[in-house]
Amino acid sequence: MSTFIQRYTARERINHWIVAITFILAALSGLALFHPAFFFLVNLFGGGPWTRILHPFIGVVMFLFFMVMAVRFWGLNRITPADREWRKRIKDVLCNRDHGLPEVGKYNAGQKYLFWIMVVSIPVLLLSGIVIWQPWFAPFFPIWLMRVAVVVHALAAWIIILGIVVHVYAAIWVRGTVRAMTRGTVSEAWAKHHHRAWYRQMTGK
Amino acid sequence: MALQSLDIKARSATTTPAPGARGTIPVAKLIDISKCIGCKACQVACMEWNDLRDEVGTNAGTYDNPRDLTDQSWTVMRFSEVEVQQGKLEWLIRKDGCMHCADPGCLKACPSPGAIVQYANGIVDFHEEHCIGCGYCLTGCPFNIPRISKKDSKAYKCTLCSDRVAVGLEPACVKTCPTGAIVFGSKEDMIHHAEGRVADLKERGYANAGLYDPQGVGGTHVMYVLQHADQPELYSNLPKDPSISPLVGLWTGIAKPLMSLGVGLAVFAGFFHFVTAGPKEVEEEEKAD
Repeated sequence: MSTFIQRYTARERINHWIVAITFILAALSGLALFHPAFFFLVNLFGGGPWTRILHPFIGVVMFLFFMVMAVRFWGLNRITPADREWRKRIKDVLCNRDHGLPEVGKYNAGQKYLFWIMVVSIPVLLLSGIVIWQPWFAPFFPIWLMRVAVVVHALAAWIIILGIVVHVYAAIWVRGTVRAMTRGTVSEAWAKHHHRAWYRQMTGK
Repeated sequence: MALQSLDIKARSATTTPAPGARGTIPVAKLIDISKCIGCKACQVACMEWNDLRDEVGTNAGTYDNPRDLTDQSWTVMRFSEVEVQQGKLEWLIRKDGCMHCADPGCLKACPSPGAIVQYANGIVDFHEEHCIGCGYCLTGCPFNIPRISKKDSKAYKCTLCSDRVAVGLEPACVKTCPTGAIVFGSKEDMIHHAEGRVADLKERGYANAGLYDPQGVGGTHVMYVLQHADQPELYSNLPKDPSISPLVGLWTGIAKPLMSLGVGLAVFAGFFHFVTAGPKEVEEEEKAD
């Protein structure tokens, strides 16, 4: 009996990490243009104009690869009554009191909500971003729409950045999680503890 | 223009005070539309002084030439034929260009430190070497003035000849105007001058003559004497009560600091959760298996 279970294939991992890397680059370059406190980040991208030039292209790459990922994981992220039950006990989850939590499939409610937040906000970021994309697309839109797009873009970016902060922290906090995306496998104990329904499905136990 | 580097009142994307030890009197350009004959000498003078040459365009059936402001045309005469009174045609010719707002929306919206500055004398100037070409100034401007160059992706607009004003000269358009429709001086003097013109126009039957110095943007350093100050829209859609879009204010004033704080707090919350609740481990089950 192997002590590890395959959670992500190599293709899924590559897909995830392309989205992750482009997200970090898009977030850093976007923050640079968002508040003067972050303007120094333009130095990572070769200065202000380069940051402005690169940011939208990075965003488009992120969008394309995220769409592939969304299709891959769509079905696994449907919210079920058990998820609502799990959500109600979020305090116990946060305080590491995991006994008696409802059984979780491949994803828990928190992971599913993050998925849906990304499914909504990434297309919003793309559409609002196109409206303000200088010099290629912005000249085709009226100024009032650009004003709206700037605010919508910032708001959607803020929501997704907060979501990813939680996502990254959760991966660090829940021991044994990171290897799911770096090696593709998780320990049986991890699977049994955090995703029992998925564990039973995978092992037949 | 570095010439006035010590006379700065406000600087884009800068959260600490700008160097402001040296103070100067606020200046203003006054454009008396009732005196303008539409000769476009001001457009020529602007091109001459600033070394600008726009592309030769096509005739669109009006006297407007070029048809719009561009990175090469920082001022454009806009011609409108109106009948305020039935049967009495009026040709209202407005010299369009940057209004040099006391509360400049472009500067507020700009994310690049020092790309837009406001001098102590009120001139709002773009420093193109710091411009990153994002176009946010377009969203900030209530008058639709800045233009992004197709050649270098930098924003351009009227400088109110800040280089000339810095050395005690009047702007090029003022210098050249053959009818005296454009005058330049301290803002106080210009308001005083305008009062005389308005009184004169009222005497001549323009009951609604007045000064255009919109308070929604804190007043402007380019002002108009209008024959019909009650209807500025007659003058090629000069906005009646311009102000910076509340969306820009919402975004720069509230959203930016609050959202930045939110992201910082989220990171701290994670850190403190870790040092209090600790990691979620599953060692016990591992042994049991």
